[in-house]
This record gives sequence, structure tokens and C-alpha cells, in this order.
Amino acid sequence: MSTPKATDLGGRALDFVMGVVEAPINGFERLMGRKRMPYLFLAPNLILFGIFTFLPIAIAVGYAFTGGTGLFVSERPFVGFDNFRQLLQCEDYLRPGSCRESLFWTAVWNTLWFVGFNVAATLLVALVTALILNRAMAARGFFRAMFFYPVLLSPVVIGLIWKWFLDRNGLLNAFLQMLGVPPEIFLLDVGWSRFFVVVVSVWFHMGFYTLILLAGLQAIPKDLYEAAAIDAASPRRTLFRITLPLLGPNLLVVLILLMIRSVQIFDEAWVLTNGGGPGTANSFIVQYIYQMAFGSDLRLFGLASAASVLMGLVLLALTLIQLRLGRKMES
Amino acid sequence: MSQGLSPIAFLTRTRRPGRIGLTDILSWAWLVLGTLAVLIPVVWAGLSSFKPAAEITRFPPTLLPRAAVQQTVPGFDAPLSLWTVDVDGKSREMAMVRRIGLKAQMVDPSNPGPPVSVDVKSMSPVQRLTIATENYTDPLTRFDFLTFLKNSVFVTFVATLLTLAVNALAAFALSKYRFRGEKAIFVLIISTLMIPLTVVMVPAYLVVVGVGLVDSLWGIIIPTIASPTGVFLLRQYMLTIPDELIEAARVDAASEFRIFWRIVLPLTAPALAVLAIFSVLWRWNDFLWPLIVLSSRENFTLQVGLNAFQGEFSVQWNYILAMTFLSLAPVTVVFLFLQKYITTGIAGTGMK
Repeated sequence: MSTPKATDLGGRALDFVMGVVEAPINGFERLMGRKRMPYLFLAPNLILFGIFTFLPIAIAVGYAFTGGTGLFVSERPFVGFDNFRQLLQCEDYLRPGSCRESLFWTAVWNTLWFVGFNVAATLLVALVTALILNRAMAARGFFRAMFFYPVLLSPVVIGLIWKWFLDRNGLLNAFLQMLGVPPEIFLLDVGWSRFFVVVVSVWFHMGFYTLILLAGLQAIPKDLYEAAAIDAASPRRTLFRITLPLLGPNLLVVLILLMIRSVQIFDEAWVLTNGGGPGTANSFIVQYIYQMAFGSDLRLFGLASAASVLMGLVLLALTLIQLRLGRKMES
Repeated sequence: MSQGLSPIAFLTRTRRPGRIGLTDILSWAWLVLGTLAVLIPVVWAGLSSFKPAAEITRFPPTLLPRAAVQQTVPGFDAPLSLWTVDVDGKSREMAMVRRIGLKAQMVDPSNPGPPVSVDVKSMSPVQRLTIATENYTDPLTRFDFLTFLKNSVFVTFVATLLTLAVNALAAFALSKYRFRGEKAIFVLIISTLMIPLTVVMVPAYLVVVGVGLVDSLWGIIIPTIASPTGVFLLRQYMLTIPDELIEAARVDAASEFRIFWRIVLPLTAPALAVLAIFSVLWRWNDFLWPLIVLSSRENFTLQVGLNAFQGEFSVQWNYILAMTFLSLAPVTVVFLFLQKYITTGIAGTGMK
């Protein structure tokens, strides 16, 4: 007699569990008929979506019109558009200091600047990398994997790794000292810290966009390039007349996706800059929402919800553009 | 001007065998520099995580972890530190007994005679390659790090199992049945892709409080189980399974659940594997949602715990980096082995 292998035991245990699960489900089938089974199979998913996705959306809008510090809608007084008025009341939108909710406008402007630089830099780096990887390169798989690796890391880990790299005693300062440049505390300087938030963001995410653009490049029919070669078209002409126009729809989708994600910058910037520092130089909209709702004892859920709704509207507009582009691409 | 100098040419040309142009060199330079840019911060953090606490703040830093060497010398109770000393123009290793101002009293460690007085300027500490394993063992034994690790493993494992089960059932219903509302339900599920957590985090927190899951690991598991990406990925794969297989099983009087469990699920294994990898990465790296839901320390996941640690031990980088590395290691291992599945999975769905 041979002893059963571990996998056999695992399989038997699984069979036993499934037997127990199966009995009531088969009972349901006998009772209600085969036609109703898909509803049963969908039930767990839809219940979870209902409670944790659709219910919050429904509440979110209502929440923005309530005040006070109570948690449940029943404990909260209706305040109309007060929260929105508080967020939007401003003498001069270009000067956050003149606004009633100056923190919000600081965050809005910081986010807009970040989105601008981050989108441009990520798109450029990802496009150049994808074009290079699309050439018949040796070790393409290796490089593609290498650039993709940071995408899988956690934002907290990335924040900490870069914080150490940029530390007063970190490698960058050691390198600068070798060149005779005095050390700098990068993350305590307004300009440098903003610069490095963009650098870290590009470092973190460019592999993902490279992958999508590379897939788009590889879908361009090879015979187009062969025809261009026969016509002795210059590389510049090939790039502007074949590659970029055919990649265009992909580029637009990547652009919008990048914008949607950049507007929501939070995790890695929060860890890297110790919560938006120095001062409020790196305080972004999601951080504002988080701090209003959870960050202090204030628990300004109404104000936070109103800010969420405003950001949600911007994201919705971007998503609708993306969907329309996607549909155009298919047709 | 030769075409090779134009940046456009450099980006578009394909390699011609037997000739290495400037474009190839620039391409390789870009890729190698990019690879270095990816690796250097990570490797630097990794090397630093093995440095002893006394060494980690040394500036300029050494590349490899080193530490001052100490040695027990007969006649002295405490171990003495070793220094390289210039005595009479000859360099030798000696142990320092005490230091008085600019002079230090040194003895020969192997043959301790009366102490010799040496000028501090002429000596430098003897350092050897040392791996400070206490950076890794201390957090695991003395701090709450093991609790965070356990919580993260629990959340990742349970959430991934439930994600696979719940979304595979839904995908089965949406791919292998014709029923009323089928299309509407699919569109409804896919539309949730458009709603980012950042927009609904306040009301989602309220719901979690309402159902009594706040500050509990289940509060970060259950709301994330139903995944539009998961349903989409599995449904598209299940559509390719021939319906004849299912019809044949029905003729054999198999129950619907048995068909799912015995026929469809095993055939969906490749897509399930991709979803499992995604789910593990999502849950392991999750930060904002656990940060909101979890409030007591014994419930912290690794990411929330790491964030809390860096606030508390703001100068003890040796511990912070070691813990960062412990949290990065599983992801790196997953990546090394499953890199191909992950990249093709993302290129195929456009999601992460």
C-alpha cells in the first residue's frame, strides 16, 4: 500500500468542501429550475457591488449637501450648497490665499501642475522607450521586464526607497559630492521636492504605459514599413506618416488614462513628502479629501464629499472622452 | 549631415545586420541608462538595509555594508575597537584602550603590553564587510512587524481566494447562459471600472462602519472581492470554452454547479492564474483603503505599518529599509517567475 500524496489529500479536502457547498446549490436548482441558476451565480458579486460600490455612489452625492460631524446621513443637517460654496468662494482663483478654503485651492493648483508635468514626462519617456523596444532589439524581453518592474511595487515601498535615495546622507548627495556639489536636502526644498514627486511618478508608472504603447506599435502591419522602405522614405517621414498616425488612437487613450490616474495622485507622494511637505508644496486633491474626512478630529465629511464630487465630475468627463475615443478606435 | 544623427532616425530605424549605427548606440544607451535608473534606487536601499545602525548615516556612504571591527583583548573586560595605526612609519592594527583629546592609547591585540600613545590623526578604524542581520530580526521579534506581516498574508490569501470564487461564478453566469437582464448586468458591472476609490472613499467608509467592519481585516477584504476587471477577464476567457462540453454534461445529468466546478473552472485555469497574480499584487500593495479602514495597530497591514513605522523611527533607516525590503521581496519573486503572464495579461486587458 502506498501512502497518499499531499496533493491527493488536498484534492480530497477540496472535494469534501465542494460537496458541502454543492448540496444547497443543487437543492436550489431542483426547486427553481436550471433557468434561474445564472441569477444565483451572479448573486454574491452583485450583492457586494451593490453594498460597496453602488450604495456609496448614491450616498456620495447626498453627503455633499450635509454638514455637521455626524457619520450617518440621519445625524447630519441638510445645508444645501454650503459645502460647495465654501470650496468655491474665492476672490482670485490664482491666489489660493485669497480663497475661503485656501487649502483646497492650493491642492487644486498643485494637482494641476503635477498633472501637466507628469503627463508630459511620462508620455514622452514611455513613447521613446516603446519606439526603441519596437525595433528588432536583442534582449527586448529583458528590458521590457526591467522597465515594468517598478509598476508592481507598492507605493509605500517606492516612497521609502526614494526617500532614502534622496536623503541628506543618500546616494544622490554622495554622487553630487563627488562632483563637488554641496549636499542638498531635496525633500525639504519646494522646487526640488515637486520635481522629484514627478520623477518618482514617472519611474513608478512609465513601464505600464510603455507596455500599452508597445502593444499598439506591434499591431501596426509590417507591410506598411516594407512599402515605405521600397519608396526609400526617410525615417522621419516613416515616423510622422506611418507610426505616429497609426499609433494615434493608442496615444490618446494612454493620454486620458494617464490624466485620470495623475489627478488621483496620493500614495507615493504622501509617503515621499511626509504628507505633502514641505508645508503644502505637495498637497494634492486626494490628500485634501483624506485630511478633511479622516486626517484630523475635524471629520468634515460633508466638505470632503463635496470635494470628491467635484473631482469625480472631472474624472467622469475624462472617462467619457476616453470611452468615445475607444468607440472610435473600434469602428 | 548623415541621417544617423537625427533623433527621429534614431527612434525609427530598424537594425541592419552587420552594421552598428549611431542609432543603435543611442538606443542601447537609453535602455541601459533606463535600467540603471530602475535598479540603482532599489539596489541602494537593499545594500543599505544590511548596514549597522552606526554605519547607515555615514556620509559619504560606503557602497557595501561595513562595520568597525571589535576584538576581545586579554586583560580587558569589554571588547576593544580595532584601528589601523601608523607607528614609526609602519602601519599596523591595534586596539584602542581609551581616547584622551587628540591622543589615543593603543595596545597590540595579540600581545598586550603597556599602552602606546598615538596621534588620533594617524589612525583609521578597521572595517570589515558586515551584514547587520539584526535589522531584519529586530523588527520581526521586538516590534509589531510580524503582526503586520501576518495580517498582510491573511488579507492577500483570503481576498484572492474569494475574488477568484465570486468573480468566476459571475463570469460563468455571464458567459454560458442566456437570461433576461444579462447585458444590463454586464454593463453595470463593467461600469464600476469608471468609479475610482478616491471619489467614493468617504461614503464607502460610512458603509463599512454601517456593516460593522471598520477596523477589521474583513473590512478591507470584503469590499474588494467583487472586481469588474476579474469578471471581464474571466468572462472573455470562458466565452472561448465550447458550449458542446456543457451540453454533453447536462445530458449526463450533471448539476449546473457541478458543470461549473468540474468542467468550466479547470478549463479557465490560465485566466484564473492571471487574476490570482493581479489580486495578490493589488491586495499586498493596497495602501489608501487600509489606511482609512484600519485604526488599531494590531490590525495594520504591512503597507500601513511601514507608513506608521517611518513616522516613529524617522532616523532609524536601517530598520525601515529592512522592513521595506521584506515587503518588496515577495513581489519581486512573483515578478521573476511570472513576468510573462503579468505583462501579457496587462497588454491584453489594458488594466492593472
